[in-house]
Amino acid sequence: MVDMNVNLAAANKIEDPAYSAPVKLGVSDLTIRYGGTPALSGVNLEVREHEIFGIIGPANAGKTSFLKTLNRMDTFNTNMSVEGEILFNGLNVQNLKNIYALRSRIGVVFPLPVGLPLTIYENVALSPRLRGIRRKSELDVIVERCLSRAALWDEVKDRLDSLGSLLSGGQQQRLTIARALSQEPDLLMLDEFSIAVDPVTTMRIEDVLKELKHDMTIILVTNLVQQARRLADRTAFFLEGECVEVGITEDLFTGEVQDQRTRDYVEGKFG
Amino acid sequence: MFAESALNIRNKRVQNLFRILFLMMTVLLIIPVVIILATLVAKGGSIISIDFLFTDPTNGMTAGGIFPALLGTVWIVAVALLASVPLGVAAAIYLNEYAGDNWFTRIIQLAIINLAGVPSIVHALFGVGAFVIFFGFGTSILAASLTLAIMTLPVVIVSTRESLRAVPQAFREACWNMGATRWQTIRRVVLPNAVSGILTGVILEVSRTTGETAPIMFTGAAFFLPFLPQGVFDQTMALSLHLFVVATQVPGVPDNLPFGVALVLIAMVLLMNSISIAFRMYLRGKKKW
Repeated sequence: MVDMNVNLAAANKIEDPAYSAPVKLGVSDLTIRYGGTPALSGVNLEVREHEIFGIIGPANAGKTSFLKTLNRMDTFNTNMSVEGEILFNGLNVQNLKNIYALRSRIGVVFPLPVGLPLTIYENVALSPRLRGIRRKSELDVIVERCLSRAALWDEVKDRLDSLGSLLSGGQQQRLTIARALSQEPDLLMLDEFSIAVDPVTTMRIEDVLKELKHDMTIILVTNLVQQARRLADRTAFFLEGECVEVGITEDLFTGEVQDQRTRDYVEGKFG
Repeated sequence: MFAESALNIRNKRVQNLFRILFLMMTVLLIIPVVIILATLVAKGGSIISIDFLFTDPTNGMTAGGIFPALLGTVWIVAVALLASVPLGVAAAIYLNEYAGDNWFTRIIQLAIINLAGVPSIVHALFGVGAFVIFFGFGTSILAASLTLAIMTLPVVIVSTRESLRAVPQAFREACWNMGATRWQTIRRVVLPNAVSGILTGVILEVSRTTGETAPIMFTGAAFFLPFLPQGVFDQTMALSLHLFVVATQVPGVPDNLPFGVALVLIAMVLLMNSISIAFRMYLRGKKKW
């Protein structure tokens, strides 16, 4: 009887649009070690195009390390070793020659907002400039579009020449999102973006993300399970270096989980 | 409830004792500086004039001004800076931004620390061997300046590294995540925010170079020259050596002359230091994060 229910659920999932979209990012047998000690092991998951893919889990679960391997930031940490396969748009990121091009396709938003010590304008214009765009008129358009999409334009349009690093925390986080958008990314990765952000701004950013989903794929790492529930189409649960479960987000909350640890975490029994 | 116990009172006394002790140590520190400055002004102040600064020494250096020495010091310091700043800044950028923590960079670090510890007279002899003889520059401004440049390289490297280190790592990571190369990150974000600290270090280097005597005395500074240097391959007089000469080597020098030279020298150094401090304060006010 129990088995039948699981099968029924599986059958329903195949109909779900989140499952039928093409694969954006395929991760198989991914293991990350820091100096021999595994931080994450044996991860298998797929992120589909135009979905918000949530990753929940307590601290030290390996969530941030996971993100770092996706855009090859592991190259800056000689202590970090990566095994397994990560296919981004069907290409193995470990074998890519031009990792700079890979990184520029992936926007990243950090837990603590990083407003670069440049003007607001230059924060957003930096990535286009790195791509070789020099014409002021072209940059103006990009800056306005990205700031608008990040719901920051109205607040800063009159002081684009003031320093980005002096904005408030919530504004800086939206500036970071605008900067990530200026990369015209395929994939946007947010690592616990709401840690240093007030609840009102958090809700505004969440609305932004729901809009952005139509244009790109989003990976949302969060330690707020309710945030994952509000936003994510599918969610993975990471715990102590292991990917415990991947499923349709709503299933994790309605109890259709395969692992007791997932149920306990989602219900707030630990973490 | 808040009555003072015996222990409270004791603690308070000990605390006052130490405060006064440390205050006295601090005051003690200033005393030599004040005495030096006061003596120089009292004994040498009378000779300082525009003429003293801008005329040649006369009567076997027992009278006249110090212009050739002053100009020579400016020459030597300028050429030394031209050599040491690009080299030191480039090395510091490499060490801080590119190099990993391996045996190679550790040896370099050790070498820099040791270079800073080499006595200046040893640098002088190295300068004679390397620049005067081996490279064939002769005793010249170039040889003297390069000797000083090598001597002050650790200052430039260390101060540049400190200011690079002060730029938060998060800024670099944000740039790298956008697909910027290390050089793009350095040029667009790191250097613009470190340049103030680098300049402060350079000014400190100037003040150190100005006063050095031993490294230039065998490599390019002359006892007495009746003409001004025309290029980097000429010898020149220099303030620091001139002070040594008029204070100890020439008979019949009036008392106020060496003190006057010393006053000019120390004024140059203090001026540089004050510019450096003012600059730092100005930039601290403009801090961007």
